[in-house]
Order: sequence, then structure tokens, then C-alpha cells
Amino acid sequence: MGVLLEVKDLVTRFYTQEGIVYAVNGVSYTLNEGETLGIVGESGSGKSVHALSMLGLIPMPPGKIENGEVIFQGRDLLKLSKDEMRLVRGAEIAMIFQDPMTSLNPVLTIGTQLTEGLKLHLGMNQAQAERRAAELLDMVGIPDARKRLNNYPHQFSGGMRQRVMIAIGLSCNPKLLIADEPTTALDVTIQAQILELVKRLRDELKMAMIWITHDLGVVAGIADTIQVMYAGQIMERGPIKAVFESPRSAYTLGLLNSLPRVDAEGGGGRLTQIEGSPPDMRIKPVGDPFAPRNPLYRTERCFTETPPLHQVADSVPGHMVAAWYDLPALRKQHEMEKMKHGN
Amino acid sequence: MEIKTATSTQETSQQREVILRVRGLKKYFPITSGIIVQRQVGAVKAVDSVDFDVYKGETLGLVGESGCGKSTTGRTVLQLYRPTAGSVQFEGEELTTLRGDELRRIRRRMQIIFQDPFASLNPRMTVGNIVSEPLVIHNVMNKKERKEYVEELLVKVGLNPFYINRYPHEFSGGQRQRIGIARALALNPSFIVADEPISALDVSIQAQVVNLLEDLQKELNLTYLFIAHDLSMVRHICDRVAVMYLGKIVELGPTNLVYDNPLHPYTQSLLSAVPVPDPSVEETRQRIILRGDVPSPANPPKGCNFNTRCPVAMDYCYHEPDPELVEIEPGHFVACHRVT
Ligand SMILES: Nc1ncnc2c1ncn2[C@@H]1O[C@H](COP(=O)(O)OP(=O)(O)OP(=O)(O)O)[C@@H](O)[C@H]1O
Ligand SMILES: Nc1ncnc2c1ncn2[C@@H]1O[C@H](COP(=O)(O)OP(=O)(O)O)[C@@H](O)[C@H]1O
Ligand code: SF4
Ligand SMILES: [Mg+2]
Ligand SMILES: [Mg+2]
Repeated sequence: MGVLLEVKDLVTRFYTQEGIVYAVNGVSYTLNEGETLGIVGESGSGKSVHALSMLGLIPMPPGKIENGEVIFQGRDLLKLSKDEMRLVRGAEIAMIFQDPMTSLNPVLTIGTQLTEGLKLHLGMNQAQAERRAAELLDMVGIPDARKRLNNYPHQFSGGMRQRVMIAIGLSCNPKLLIADEPTTALDVTIQAQILELVKRLRDELKMAMIWITHDLGVVAGIADTIQVMYAGQIMERGPIKAVFESPRSAYTLGLLNSLPRVDAEGGGGRLTQIEGSPPDMRIKPVGDPFAPRNPLYRTERCFTETPPLHQVADSVPGHMVAAWYDLPALRKQHEMEKMKHGN
Repeated sequence: MEIKTATSTQETSQQREVILRVRGLKKYFPITSGIIVQRQVGAVKAVDSVDFDVYKGETLGLVGESGCGKSTTGRTVLQLYRPTAGSVQFEGEELTTLRGDELRRIRRRMQIIFQDPFASLNPRMTVGNIVSEPLVIHNVMNKKERKEYVEELLVKVGLNPFYINRYPHEFSGGQRQRIGIARALALNPSFIVADEPISALDVSIQAQVVNLLEDLQKELNLTYLFIAHDLSMVRHICDRVAVMYLGKIVELGPTNLVYDNPLHPYTQSLLSAVPVPDPSVEETRQRIILRGDVPSPANPPKGCNFNTRCPVAMDYCYHEPDPELVEIEPGHFVACHRVT
């Protein structure tokens, strides 16, 4: 598997009236062909801005990409002209968003919106494009596809609109699909339908995916690699099982510990909570951004020096963490102390 | 072993006091048409005959897909919407016939916490005024007493009383939800409807608010109707759970019993759809994927309400009337012809 995408030291800021918003603060990673990367993190951690930056979709001003390269199939996307970028989006890279209503045009039929890209990117004529559009709707599980081409977005339910977005996204056989919280607004039953559909299509079309969500359960089911973001930085990333089984960032551990599970008996006392609140992104991060909320494992150094994202010595290749402390060692130490004190 | 514990909770709950008894509750919203003369042409059957009890000190969960009538049930119980039909008895008193002052008196004992901590607080009021407003409306305490009491409430929900003169926009989502909780507690209620109280919060903040709600419940002996779509959190926080579909309760029982042994096909697929934060479990998990969407509550299907999506529907499910909620084992109720 070759490298499909390489993000190098991406920095994006917003210059607003209330000051500078430090949205993305040096994000670097690679994505292989056919790989699914799940990105998690709380609201405001820079997940969307990082993806929008790659695709040239940041409103400028107030936004500004201060630094970085986004190498996709040998080309730096950040250096492309608007027109070149438009050809990449929609054809080689597709993107679907949380709210399909805002990305679908309410006054155009579903058919028109589907055939547009097919004609522009694949050079089909009207009849070919219509036939293909019906096939695509059928592929994403919309019954009566041919008739539904004449419908407008408001005639579809939320789940069906998201299917249409997926159909549009996949219409030109993209190499990469970026999905930003596409199921967050949907019910779990409809989310399950969409996830099933996307997994099947991904395997059929052999495309890579970046799946952005705040739901660790969704990531556990869909991703090969997980990447945990906080305050515009990557705190931890790695093969999905390695990270869930032995998290190395106190933030990842905190998130995992705070979640109740549908498959485990309830009523077992208090949830383990993360103290404090998410960081104010108008303050330039110094040191480890999670340090203020990490009383158990932080060191003096965490407040002053930003830890680099580095390979974890005693884990599988690709398991990386940005932390000064050694989490498993500290956890073991805490366990021992607890036992010594007799509880 | 799990079943034994669940049954024993049920046995104890049978001896427990019923704080809220809901019977045959209906709330229909009229659909009107016509420009000059509005004629009623139909009805959205948002809540369509539900029966349930809530025991004193427990948390009853209300779950189901959006639009199935959870919020409407909560609001109709509190008489924020007047029911189309049915009875709501709270602490022994029938609410549906109460009016004016009588209703206001009883409302002090029943409060609601809303989903959206951004929309539910008046942006032009200080935290102090927001939290003390119910006290002012019900004319409780003098100004000085109120201020001291509000400070006490802020401490109780984990906010610095120093914040009393600040405005909602100066707070994060989790803090705003704490303000909403403090306000709900002001009149010392015994029963709280929490309508998706954590859905709008960050994952790292949800556990804080849930822990707070649980601590307050113990300390103040509160009873909760906890409306949510996060089925994992419901399992954690609720003693019993009611599953709604298209305005009706299709399954109700002790939480662990319903989660470990769901009997209604809708509950089964709903639970199987919830992702588990564990890749090894997800790898082998069997899902029941439902087809299609929830039908419109203005036009529910003939026969069983769930027959358009039910993976195990039989012929008779399309002809027989919608199944009634029946007690299958002590405290465990199901509405499905195949089970009953
Ligand atoms: N157009 C904009 N102008 C100013 N600030 C912005 C703009 N867009 C995003 N931001 C800020 O950038 C930061 C990162 O935002 P981003 O949308 O990437 O978060 P996210 O991780 O996607 O969060 P969520 O889970 O809520 O979608 C936030 O502090 C946000 O307020
Ligand atoms: N004030 C209202 N007027 C008309 N219809 C309403 C009103 N409130 C809710 N409904 C309808 O009643 C049904 C149940 O809604 P709701 O109780 O809000 O569901 P839930 O809380 O389970 O998502 C939905 O079809 C909704 O559109
Ligand atoms: S009654 Fe029939 S259609 Fe309804 S839930 Fe039971 S099996 Fe399914
Ligand atoms: Mg986002
Ligand atoms: Mg609701």
C-alpha cells in the first residue's frame, strides 16, 4: 500500500475581532491508500478546520493557513489554484458533512445535483449521466431510484439525504472520502444503516477514508487507525486496537474511562470524569494542552514544553503519542500504591 | 444471575411508592389547512395512549428515535402541554383537571431540564436572576435570603458562587447546563424531567453532568424521568427504561433486564445499532439493520405500528390491531404479538 496523503505541519488560524483563534497547531500525519482513519476529539479541537484547510474550504479572511503542506498523490494541495482545487474535490477527494441539507441545493432536483459532477468530471452526456445517477441512488439503497431523481432534497428524510450525499461523493470514484460527522445528527438505527453502507462501498471501491466523529464507538467499528485531537493538535494516533487496548495519552484514557457501555451492566457507581473544561482556543497553547486537566499524570515539563508526537517505544509501529509521561508505567505505579494503602 | 438481580430490584420497587402514575395519556397536535378559515384535516399522534408509573427515588429512562414522542410525553406529564386524553397523577393528585393557581402550586414540585444549554437560558439575565426567577415567580423568600440561597445552589451544582452576576454567554456548555440544573432545583422539587440533558455537551463534560445528576438525586431524594437517545448512558443512569416508537411504549422494564434480554424486535435492533467503544467487540458484533425510516405519526401504519420495519413481522401483524403492552415477567412489559 502506497502513501496517498501526507499532511505536514499544518497550522491554521482565524483572525477575528475577539482575537486570534489557534484552530490547528501543527498537524502532521500520513494516510495510506485504502486506509480508514478515524479522527476523534471534542468540539473545537480542530477536526473540521484541519479537513477544510486541506481542501481549500476555509473562509479567508478570517481564516489563514499559516504553514504546512498537504501532499496528495505527489501534489501539494495548498499550492493549487481555485480551479485546480475544484477538480480535485468532487473527483479525487469527496467530502460529506454533518448536515446534508446545507450541502445539498434546495432548489435543484437530486438528479440535477448528481448528474452535474458526472458531466463535469467524467465527461458524460445527459443520458449517460442520468443512467449512472439512478445506479448510484440504487447503490446507496434508495428505492425507486429512477423516480426519485426528480425529487427535491426536502422530500427526503435526513438519512436519505445523507445517502444522496454519499452517492454524490462517490459518483466519480474518489481515491479518498472525507466524512465530517456524517451520522451525528441521525438516529442510531439510521447511523447503523449508513455505516454498513459506507463500509461495503469502501471495500468495493478500495478507497481511503477520513472519518471525523466524537463517537469512539463509531471509530472502533470503522477505522483502521485512530487519531485523537485536542486543542488543534494530535495527542495520540495508531492502529485502532493498540490505542484502545493500551492508550498512551491521558486524554485518550480519560475519554475511554468516562464512557458507559451498552453491553455492560449499568448502575456501577460514578463515571470516571475528566475534570475542567475544554481549552479556550483564543489562547496560544503552551506545553501539553491537556496538562491543566491531567492532575494524575502530568509533570512540570508538561506546562512549559510541547511534547512532540513520537513513536511509542513499547508498542506496535505507528502507535504515536505526544506526551512527556509514560502512561502505563505511571498507571502501574498508582495501582501498586493503592494496593499498599489497602484498597 | 443478572436476571435474579433485576427481578429483585423489581420486587423492591413494587413495594415502593409510586410518585407519578400515567394512564392512557394522549397528545395529538392538530394539522390544519385553509388560509382564512383553519380547518383541522388530521392529527399528529405525538403521544398515543401511554401507561407507566414512576417510583419515588428512581430514574426512569425514556428512549427511542427522534420524533417518537419522548419530549411530548415529558411536557404533557408536566402539563406544559395539556393532554388530549388520559390521566396523570402526581403524588396522588390528578393534574389534568387542575387549573391556574392549583397547577402552579403543584408545578413547584416538578421541574424540567432542557437539552440545549445555549437556547434555554435567557442571555440578558444574570446567573443569579436566572436561578432565582422561579423563587420570585412563586414569591418565596426575601431578596437577601434569595441571594444566599442561590449561592448555595450554585455551590451544590459545582459552580463558583462568585459567578452570580455573570451572563450565560460567559460560560461553557457544561457550566450552562449546571445553571439550568440549579434553576430546576430552586423550588426544591421532588420530580425532574431531564430532556436530553447531556446531548449537546462534549464527551468529556457528559460524565461530569451525569455524575452531578446522580449525586443530587441521592442527596435530595429526587425522582427523574430521563429522556435520552444515548442508550449507553441510559443503561448507566436508569433503574428502569421505557422504549417508545411512534407515540407508544413498546417495551418497559428494569434496565439490565431489557438490555440483556430485549424482547421487542424494535428494542433488539435499537440496542444492536449502538456502537461499542471497543474494536474487538465491534469486529464480531451482529447488527440488526432496520430498513427505512420511522413512518409519520400523522399517518401510522395499519396493524402493528412497527410492521413497516419489523424484521420478523408475520402476516397477522398487518391485520390485527396494534399490540397492547403486556407484562411478560414481573415488571417487564412488551407490546408485540409474537411475544405475547
Ligand atoms: N470561520 C471561523 N471563524 C473563527 N473561528 C473559527 C471558524 N471556524 C472554526 N473556528 C474555530 O476554530 C476552532 C476549531 O474548530 P473546528 O470546527 O475545527 O472544531 P471541530 O473539532 O470540528 O469541532 P466540532 O466537534 O464541534 O465539529 C474552534 O475554536 C472554532 O471556534
Ligand atoms: N408543538 C408541536 N406541534 C405539532 N407537532 C409537534 C409539536 N411538538 C412535537 N410535535 C410532533 O410530535 C412528534 C413527537 O415529537 P417529540 O415529542 O418532540 O419527539 P422526540 O422528543 O421523541 O424526538 C413529532 O412528529 C413532532 O414533529
Ligand atoms: S407485532 Fe409483529 S410487526 Fe409488530 S413488532 Fe411484533 S412481530 Fe413485529
Ligand atoms: Mg467539526
Ligand atoms: Mg425531544
